[in-house]
Amino acid sequence: MNGPLHKDDAGAKLGMWLFLFTELLLFSGLFLLYGAYLNRYPHEFGAAGREMHLGFGTLNTVILITSSLLAAMAVTAIQRDERRKAIGLLGGTILCSAVFLFNKYLEWRAEIGNGIFPGSPRLVVGPPGESVFYSLYYLTVGLHGLHVLIGGTFLTLVAVRVQRGTIHAGNYVLLENSALYWHLVDLIWIFIFPLYYLIL
Amino acid sequence: MTLPDLTTTTASSFWNDTGRTGITAWIFSTDHKRIGLLYFYTVFFFFLIAVVLGVLLRIELMAPGRTIMGPQTYNAVFTVHGVLMIFLFIIPGFPGAFGNLIMPLQIGARDVAFPRLNLFSWWLLIFGAGIIITSLFTGGGPPDTGWTFYVPFSERTGTNVSLAVFGVFTVGFSSILTGLNFVTTIHRLRAEGMTWGRLPLFVWSIYATAWVQILATPILGITLALIIAERFLGTGLFDPARGGDPIMYQHLFWIYSHPAVYIMILPGMGIISEIIPVFSRKPIFGYKMIAFSSLAIAGAGSLVWGHHMYTSGMSDTAILVFSFLTFVVAIPSAVKVFNWVSTLYRGSISLDAPMLFSLSFIILFSIGGLSGLILGAAATDIHVHDTMFVVGHFHYVIFGGAVFAFFGAMHYWLPKFYGRRYAEKPAIVAWALMFVGFNITYFTMMVLGMKGMPRRYYDYLPEFAPLNLVSTIGSWILVSGLALLLVNLFRGLFKGESIGRNPWGAATLEWTVPTPPPTENFEEEPVVTHGPYDFKGAGIP
Repeated sequence: MNGPLHKDDAGAKLGMWLFLFTELLLFSGLFLLYGAYLNRYPHEFGAAGREMHLGFGTLNTVILITSSLLAAMAVTAIQRDERRKAIGLLGGTILCSAVFLFNKYLEWRAEIGNGIFPGSPRLVVGPPGESVFYSLYYLTVGLHGLHVLIGGTFLTLVAVRVQRGTIHAGNYVLLENSALYWHLVDLIWIFIFPLYYLIL
Repeated sequence: MTLPDLTTTTASSFWNDTGRTGITAWIFSTDHKRIGLLYFYTVFFFFLIAVVLGVLLRIELMAPGRTIMGPQTYNAVFTVHGVLMIFLFIIPGFPGAFGNLIMPLQIGARDVAFPRLNLFSWWLLIFGAGIIITSLFTGGGPPDTGWTFYVPFSERTGTNVSLAVFGVFTVGFSSILTGLNFVTTIHRLRAEGMTWGRLPLFVWSIYATAWVQILATPILGITLALIIAERFLGTGLFDPARGGDPIMYQHLFWIYSHPAVYIMILPGMGIISEIIPVFSRKPIFGYKMIAFSSLAIAGAGSLVWGHHMYTSGMSDTAILVFSFLTFVVAIPSAVKVFNWVSTLYRGSISLDAPMLFSLSFIILFSIGGLSGLILGAAATDIHVHDTMFVVGHFHYVIFGGAVFAFFGAMHYWLPKFYGRRYAEKPAIVAWALMFVGFNITYFTMMVLGMKGMPRRYYDYLPEFAPLNLVSTIGSWILVSGLALLLVNLFRGLFKGESIGRNPWGAATLEWTVPTPPPTENFEEEPVVTHGPYDFKGAGIP
């Protein structure tokens, strides 16, 4: 039993899935607050929700879903040992993550320009439900943006490893796990988008 | 596979690993046994600091008015006592120390599923602990909110809450990683023949604990992150003036922190489920029910957080539901107690130190559990809510339960890793002192609570003075027992009598390997043919 301890791809994936559960639960605290406060301030949430920039939200949803598709295709490419294609697809995913964050920056800049940010004079004097809505919005989307950043960084590191050949058709669990993480980032957005942009 | 014969020599034990030397051979080791000992000494260091703080608290409360410290210091001391004991001792302690040392051996594995992640978890703990300690000496001084960090006070106090909370957040992340590592290990790395029905009960309890760590800790993470956001960004989510609600904080906090008490107690239950059959020379009674009740406690225990909030302004319906669910948790706990007692029945009992700690666990945990029902019933809870009764109850469950089991485990398992054992007589004297001191200290607190003395108060009415004095004297007996225990145990581990592979005559796998275990654990991959308490099947008289 010398050398590397053992190689257990199924175990590595099981560990990743467990980790993804913990990520979902991390966000669930914020979703729980959303539910409780929506129940308390339905009108204020509605009024604030209609002020959201639906265009940015929709665009970002399309970008993230596309990036998830590219990540899944990268996994298939590496399974077929098409390294160049895999790197290209990963590059596409990473580009999408960067565009997503840039959009987010533009959106936040517009909102902050309108005087909407936690503790802003406009929100402090406005109805309390609105302040709660925007605080939750900034926290949830901010935490999600942090995850986009982490996911993008991971995928970059993975792409470098594919380039170096340490990730290949015989050993790609790291790529698979990074793609799983990326799908989670996508999935959480799929819940954030309707809750903050659509249903109110 | 051929390996050298390791039966008698300790030259190839995990202590004499080749490769790195000095401290780096430990702090960068991925061997679960070394990491287990790192965890053990880390958490024990914080335990001892927190014990000293606890004793100082008792001295302050010895007489009304100022005794040795001012009110602000008192607030800081009880906060730090709680934070250290809970987040740096008992939560990381069981899985980190004994989970790491014992679980892979008991399932017949060479190591955990992710050894490097395991080391990273320990480093995160150290990092988080460093942040918490830094928070005590910088900024506005040590936090004074109590370990619960309740809003709105935690948002407004000038003390260094943000840094302390960030430290706890980091420690929580370490706990999550340990949990997912252990679940994966138990699923993937069991030896041939180690079916789920043959898992030792300690492994079952670690398994249930690991699920609680995975599922509950993220909620603590987001809750603590929200405190920091409230303090720095002014999000106002818990601030009534801005439309927020402090009760929401309490919900989020207890969604984690109630299940967290099962992180503290479940491994203790697992430990005594190992010790009791060995020292009764009888297979455990009701193996399946004990294993199942661990999962049931973990499951039902996740749905009872509201019983901390009966007086916070929840609806009566919510109180009724949480009260009912709280009583439901008592059922699997009682199932375990009855099974342990039935195991003892007509057993050939030997009262060595590990067994004495286990037996006192049953008694103290039962008192703690039943007093928990007094708190779980809304009508009686409103009478004793936030009184010393709660402090007494909590210490019966966590100190009398979990920590006594921890001491039992130290006497039962640490000799296996050192190759030497403690002396029996001083250990029994130490146990007796602790048992007596414990009951004097904490039973008195429950009586004080019934009489109406609030908890966390710096000063009290003169009529509470005599019982407070009694409680403080009890704490001195308790720590003198603890001191004797430690001197005797560690002297024994370094200088005591050598032991063989299986000094207690147990049937679980960790006793089939040489003492101390080699780095690779098993000389050859074990094939399991009998249950963990089947002494006959293991060929042990």
